[in-house]
Amino acid sequence: MRRRLITLGNAVAVFAALVALWQLILWIFHVPPYMLPSPYAVAKAVGARFPSLLTSLSITAEEAAGGLIAGTAMGVVVALIFAQSRWVRKMLYPYTLLLQTVPIIAIAPLIIMWVGAGTGAVTLIAFIMSLAPIIANTTQGLISVEENLVHLFLMHNASRAQLLFKLRLPHSVPSLFVGIRIASGIAVIGAVIGELYAGSSRVGEGGLGYSILYASSQLQTDYLFALVLAATVLGFGFLFVVMFLEWYCLHRWHESARVPETD
Amino acid sequence: MSSDVEVPMIQFAGVRKSYGNGQAVLDDLDLVVLKGEFVTFIGPSGCGKSTVLKLISGLTPPTAGTISVDGLTPKNARETISYIFQDASLLPWRTVWQNVGLGLELEGASKDRRRETTAALLELVGLSHVAKAYPRELSGGMKMRASIARALATSPRLLLMDEPFAALDEMSRDRLNEELLRLRAEQKWTAVFVTHSVAEAVFLSTRIVILAPNPGRIHAMLPVELPPERTAALRSTPEFDDLVGKVSRTLREALTS
Repeated sequence: MRRRLITLGNAVAVFAALVALWQLILWIFHVPPYMLPSPYAVAKAVGARFPSLLTSLSITAEEAAGGLIAGTAMGVVVALIFAQSRWVRKMLYPYTLLLQTVPIIAIAPLIIMWVGAGTGAVTLIAFIMSLAPIIANTTQGLISVEENLVHLFLMHNASRAQLLFKLRLPHSVPSLFVGIRIASGIAVIGAVIGELYAGSSRVGEGGLGYSILYASSQLQTDYLFALVLAATVLGFGFLFVVMFLEWYCLHRWHESARVPETD
Repeated sequence: MSSDVEVPMIQFAGVRKSYGNGQAVLDDLDLVVLKGEFVTFIGPSGCGKSTVLKLISGLTPPTAGTISVDGLTPKNARETISYIFQDASLLPWRTVWQNVGLGLELEGASKDRRRETTAALLELVGLSHVAKAYPRELSGGMKMRASIARALATSPRLLLMDEPFAALDEMSRDRLNEELLRLRAEQKWTAVFVTHSVAEAVFLSTRIVILAPNPGRIHAMLPVELPPERTAALRSTPEFDDLVGKVSRTLREALTS
């Protein structure tokens, strides 16, 4: 507890130092506010436009969460299929690499063409981006079961379904959470990027990415900063929720989950 | 412990086992284990001790020869067999209670029977007080007790044990040896045991099979003529010491043969 307080203290001190440096740069170089607003101006923008900031934040949060949850469900199903045989893995695994390497920015216009601009398209982009780490980590967890445990199940004439759902699946849960943790950050980034292209089906109302684009076109740099800050907070929030879920599910039996860690 | 009628439980006939590279791990294995026996395989590393258990359980097929268990092929005899592994092999996400009930659960036993059997076995191995604990919270000896309870829950007639107590300290090992014999006296299963420890082999067995390496083969078989009721006191008798000496000597011969 005491050590955690010290860590928190360090983080706050670093934050304060960064804000001070920021203000110092403004004073020394006389940067105009449309290039770099002061910390105070950003704080004021947050206060003045809090309701619309919150609306943008909740839109992006919904899209990212939708993509992440759908990506987790789909990723687990794909991993269960991959766990069936080495053959299946060899045949299909290269295509999951494709998911990771396809430049999402390049296919975003295509997705908009297919499903239309708006939250649907953005959720789909977040979904596609969060799939790969979940598939990779869950598959690893499913196939790395100790030989003795497999033998134990075989000695009780366990069926294929029992082997999968009573042994491989629970064994893979810690790896699944590693995947979700990685995907949670990616889903938020995916949603923001998606919004830059397909942010809104209505003018003037959209998620963080859409609002960032809009604020920059209006040279509202202070609000732009506030939006970037909100996106960062959102990413942290996602990570925090996933880490809490991980702790909740694993702390009773799994060594690594006894103390939540960020890395 | 031997019955009047000698009924074979396990029969090896001309068994040979080699893996990919063609070199035999086990060769010329001819052996009959009778019902009610406690047979221990002992020998240096790489003499195929664990392979013997894998063959009996049908987890690996023989390259040549035949094995029958209770008159059946090993795979078909699995309902009568329980296997205890060296590292307890408990499922970490299940409590002790849920681990002990695993075998019955996989075999589709009714909930009532599972509850009764699990409770009785936890009582038997002295783990009732940690039924709700997870394996991570147990000592090595307690984990092994849970593993034994799990193996006995399906009422096996043949128990295969692969160095089950190798990772334990000597005191826990001795205690578990005594408990194992107590359980056997009550439940009358046949046992095939693998160990590195001569004293453990002598204390537990009715017969000791000494294996020689490269390729693994039977070097000698020694009956253990000690009284069937064995307690801790047996370890300090001259008869016990004599047998330990004799097995150790034969084991050394096996290494140089």
